[in-house]
Amino acid sequence: MTDLPETTDRKMGLVIDLDTCVGCHACVISCKGWNTENYGAPLSDQEPYGADPSGTFLNRVHSYEVQPETGPAQLVHFPKSCLHCEDAPCVTVCPTGASYKRTEDGIVLVNESDCIGCGLCAWACPYGAREMDAAEGVMKKCTLCVDRIYNDNLPEEDRVPACVRTCPSGARHFGDLGDPDSAVSQLVAERGGMDLMPEQGTKPVNKYLPPRPRDRWTDQSVLAPFLEPVAEEPRGFLAWLDRALETL
Amino acid sequence: MHPAPSIIAFTTFSGLGFGLLFWLGIDPTPPSGWVGFVFFLIAYLMAVGGLLSSALHLGHPERALKAFTQWRSSWLSREAVCAVATLTIIGVYAACLVLGGWHVAPLGWLGALLSLGTVFTTSMIYTQLKTVPRWNMPLTPALFLALSLAGGALLAGRVTTALVLLLLAGAVQVAWWCLGDRRLSQSGTDIGTATGLGSRGAVRAFEPPHTGSNYLMREMVFVVGRRHALKLRAIALILMLVVPVALLLLPFGHLLALVAVLSHVAGVLVSRWLFFAEAEHVVGLYYGAR
Repeated sequence: MTDLPETTDRKMGLVIDLDTCVGCHACVISCKGWNTENYGAPLSDQEPYGADPSGTFLNRVHSYEVQPETGPAQLVHFPKSCLHCEDAPCVTVCPTGASYKRTEDGIVLVNESDCIGCGLCAWACPYGAREMDAAEGVMKKCTLCVDRIYNDNLPEEDRVPACVRTCPSGARHFGDLGDPDSAVSQLVAERGGMDLMPEQGTKPVNKYLPPRPRDRWTDQSVLAPFLEPVAEEPRGFLAWLDRALETL
Repeated sequence: MHPAPSIIAFTTFSGLGFGLLFWLGIDPTPPSGWVGFVFFLIAYLMAVGGLLSSALHLGHPERALKAFTQWRSSWLSREAVCAVATLTIIGVYAACLVLGGWHVAPLGWLGALLSLGTVFTTSMIYTQLKTVPRWNMPLTPALFLALSLAGGALLAGRVTTALVLLLLAGAVQVAWWCLGDRRLSQSGTDIGTATGLGSRGAVRAFEPPHTGSNYLMREMVFVVGRRHALKLRAIALILMLVVPVALLLLPFGHLLALVAVLSHVAGVLVSRWLFFAEAEHVVGLYYGAR
């Protein structure tokens, strides 16, 4: 049954640091690379080299401009994948039981052999975390790299989601958000981690760390007085040239 | 939302078909013999045809039977169960009438109740989605039920009932449009809450994730139809309400009744197209669209 579990033993998820993400899209590529050749159907592309390329991705990086009331605008790179919600609306709408949330770690998965490709779960997700694969006709979503994180055949440092492993700026963190003492929970508490669209009532497990405040244009540098222009008006030959050109 | 022809046909025709089955089910003197056969045939063609067309948009139609399993949590599954139960019960009721001329009234009542249940569960598939604020209101099931009952009465040839129900359905439709237009802003979801950055200033989508389109944008960020929305609303209302009502007020004739039915169906199709095309999914906010 696609009822949601009352509680899960752990709440595995991601913490994404919007302050340090540089928008390089490496997580997008490593996610597609790992997930197209491992668990489930491959992530197909349609017309990848044609005029209108598109394809299935489990992780996409948006960029937003935030313009405060005063001061300069700030650019925020914004990776977005499944938030493995505690109250996942995508699971309960599923008519076949293909979508489920695991009791042991809270990961939301799709059993692809039960998926009829009706697309209702993608409609129910406010975050755009689910994409129907155009070649396979089944719903694809982030698995939190369930085939990496418990994989004893991988070296220990690789037993994290591909996006986390690859991020060059350390903007992605993986851990148990149900354990208040875990490193990710500490990070969320320290930095004021937030939910996306909390009013939708989905209770996302993944948290986003807001950008730290930036320097302001109004702040005066201590060196500013020494950097005043030395000559405001030209003198000598340049002054004559200036006057001569003016009268032409 | 993308107005897929298969889903528009599904909701329109199955709504009309189950509406007709409702009226045939509660009819104290239902048609029997060949006349009954034709009435039930029309209802089944619409109801089953609609259901089959909904299967067309599935990625894996061959696994459709699995959709009957999750009735405890899923409205889509409940709809499938309800539809099959209705068609089975009314099938027995119709067979008794057509083949034997026996009127098993309680079976008809049960079938009528299940018909309404099917239309209600269909509407709940859309109503339950908090992600589409325009659909997420109690008036949506009212709209589906009103249109189904009015269309069913029209098909069943109940002139007075149809007149009243058509006017009622028209009123619900107008109210649904008026309330629906305000739903997205009332939902409190905007690009600020979507990104969590709203408290820091005005948020603008600066760069999309990819240069091309994707499944999400094709499926949920459909904005083409909204430009002519007002004109289309007027067309829908004229076709589904004004023309049939005017024709029903004239002295009854089979040709006029047929034109009234065709006009009503065309109007409901336009209204259902708008139902999808105008609906804003909150994921559009991530793409700077609505």
